[in-house]
Amino acid sequence: MTDNKNDLIEYLLRLGDNAMINGQRLCEWCGRAPALEEEMALMNVGLDLVGQARNWYEYAAELLADGRDADQLAFRRDERAYRNTLLVEQPNGDYAVTTAKLFLFDAWHFHTLSALSASSDERIAAIAAKGLKEVTYHLRRSGEWVERLGDGTEQSRQRMLAGIDEVWRFTFDLLSSDEIQQRLAAAGIGADATAVAAAWQATVEQVFERASLPVPQPASYFYLDGKRGLHTEHLGILLAEMQFLQRAYPDATW
Amino acid sequence: MYAQLVETGVKRVKSLEEMTPEERAFQERIDAEIKIEPKNWMPDAYRQTLIRQISQHAHSEIVGMLPEGNWVTRAPTLKRKLQLMAKIQDEAGHGMYLYSAMETLGADRDAEIDKLHSGKAKYSSIFNYPTLNWADMGAVGWLVDGAAIVNQVVLQRTSYGPYSRAMIRICKEESFHQRQGYEILLTMMRHGTQAQKDMVQDAIDRLWWPALMMFGPSDADSPNSAQSMAWKVKRMSNDDLRQRFIDQTVPQLEFLGCTAPDPDLKWNEERGHYDFGPINWQEFYDVLKGNGPCNRERVSTRRKAIEDGAWVREAAVAHAAKRQQKQNAA
Repeated sequence: MTDNKNDLIEYLLRLGDNAMINGQRLCEWCGRAPALEEEMALMNVGLDLVGQARNWYEYAAELLADGRDADQLAFRRDERAYRNTLLVEQPNGDYAVTTAKLFLFDAWHFHTLSALSASSDERIAAIAAKGLKEVTYHLRRSGEWVERLGDGTEQSRQRMLAGIDEVWRFTFDLLSSDEIQQRLAAAGIGADATAVAAAWQATVEQVFERASLPVPQPASYFYLDGKRGLHTEHLGILLAEMQFLQRAYPDATW
Repeated sequence: MYAQLVETGVKRVKSLEEMTPEERAFQERIDAEIKIEPKNWMPDAYRQTLIRQISQHAHSEIVGMLPEGNWVTRAPTLKRKLQLMAKIQDEAGHGMYLYSAMETLGADRDAEIDKLHSGKAKYSSIFNYPTLNWADMGAVGWLVDGAAIVNQVVLQRTSYGPYSRAMIRICKEESFHQRQGYEILLTMMRHGTQAQKDMVQDAIDRLWWPALMMFGPSDADSPNSAQSMAWKVKRMSNDDLRQRFIDQTVPQLEFLGCTAPDPDLKWNEERGHYDFGPINWQEFYDVLKGNGPCNRERVSTRRKAIEDGAWVREAAVAHAAKRQQKQNAA
């Protein structure tokens, strides 16, 4: 366990940060969604994700045991310490960009949590199993929107193609794996990134085919790496907003 | 109160003798506290009044998400963020639920939303004030949802069945929001720094009077109240509701350790109520007319959301039609 402890903390932060940043972007849709039903659905998905982030952070904070709690992990870390994948920090764009972002992430999230539900770490397995129920719905929902927009009108199809094109390049970062993941997967704690990537590809192909959308070539190496805190410029601004109160009033109790 | 100044289109309340047999049967049903259901006959003015009232209420739920949206991206902790997101989600749900109740009267949701965007339909004046610090999220929950509850508790007994049932359901969630809002303020006052305590007082100073205005003009200046009361669309007068709200809120204000921006606010032993100072009705009518601090932003944000989303809704309709076609062909 001690050998894996630092790996595990890193891994939990990645899971937490992915959920947190995605949830933060969904908050930005408040009052601006294309229909009332979507207003509810987006906030609902966001709520699930921030709740999941809290679960991962709490576990990470316990392992860290350095006095920081889940809130401090969320609201007091700088962008270089954030471990989320580049995809989720991208701006919302129009509904097609948001749909593309959500779907590509949800497919990865679904397969990752499916694998983690069988983790030898009971705490991870429990958090993942609980999250998986929510993410199963997230994936169904975003997949249906890819289909609606891809198959709907000529305009929606063009926008969906543009939306996929806009964010597809970040899927290299989403699917790539490093030594930490490999060690944790070998120990039966983490998900096997290669297996997740293959399952992700199959899900994407299936949904894109239903939507009559071409599946782009695999994304190539992008020089940045969310897992190592090498982010796009969007994350810093996002965190400046999200962390404002904790930063401006460090002694406050909320 | 989420529906202020609802026009009834009626100059004077008819007596039973002046009514047609249909109108009379309708009024007698109301007098006997039997709910009016969508399929029952109803006077056109009753129908139109309810459409106006319920749509105002629904619009208020939706526009009311915007001042909260201003802070949901900046909520200070995971717990507060989750609470606020859940509250916003509830409000979208209330909006949907109320639009459905309104549609049972034969009104069309999109058409009524168009009226909101063109400035013809109203929503609660309170949402035209900005939320300027985090304590506003507490004060909105406590004072704004609190004022809404005082009104809605009474509206649970309103004469139109679907509206009454919507109110029963909505009241439960609103009470939860109100307690949560109060708890935000209480935490800041009890455990917070001086800067946080100042935020709380500042939020109350800004929102106190607009919250009192939520109940609408004084009875003397409320020309539509008599008909609405006779129809039991409205069940208590604006002034009575306002007094009830003040009476229940002042002890909570004192418990917080805060003050209201009203030097005339004091307990009147003889009346058994709190006395309070004059409300600036000029401000109320100004805000209602569109000249409040955020009217323009609120309406244009909503209009833009619906306009920008037109292609999305069209795509969903087109896709559903194509699917239907495929199913029919199979």
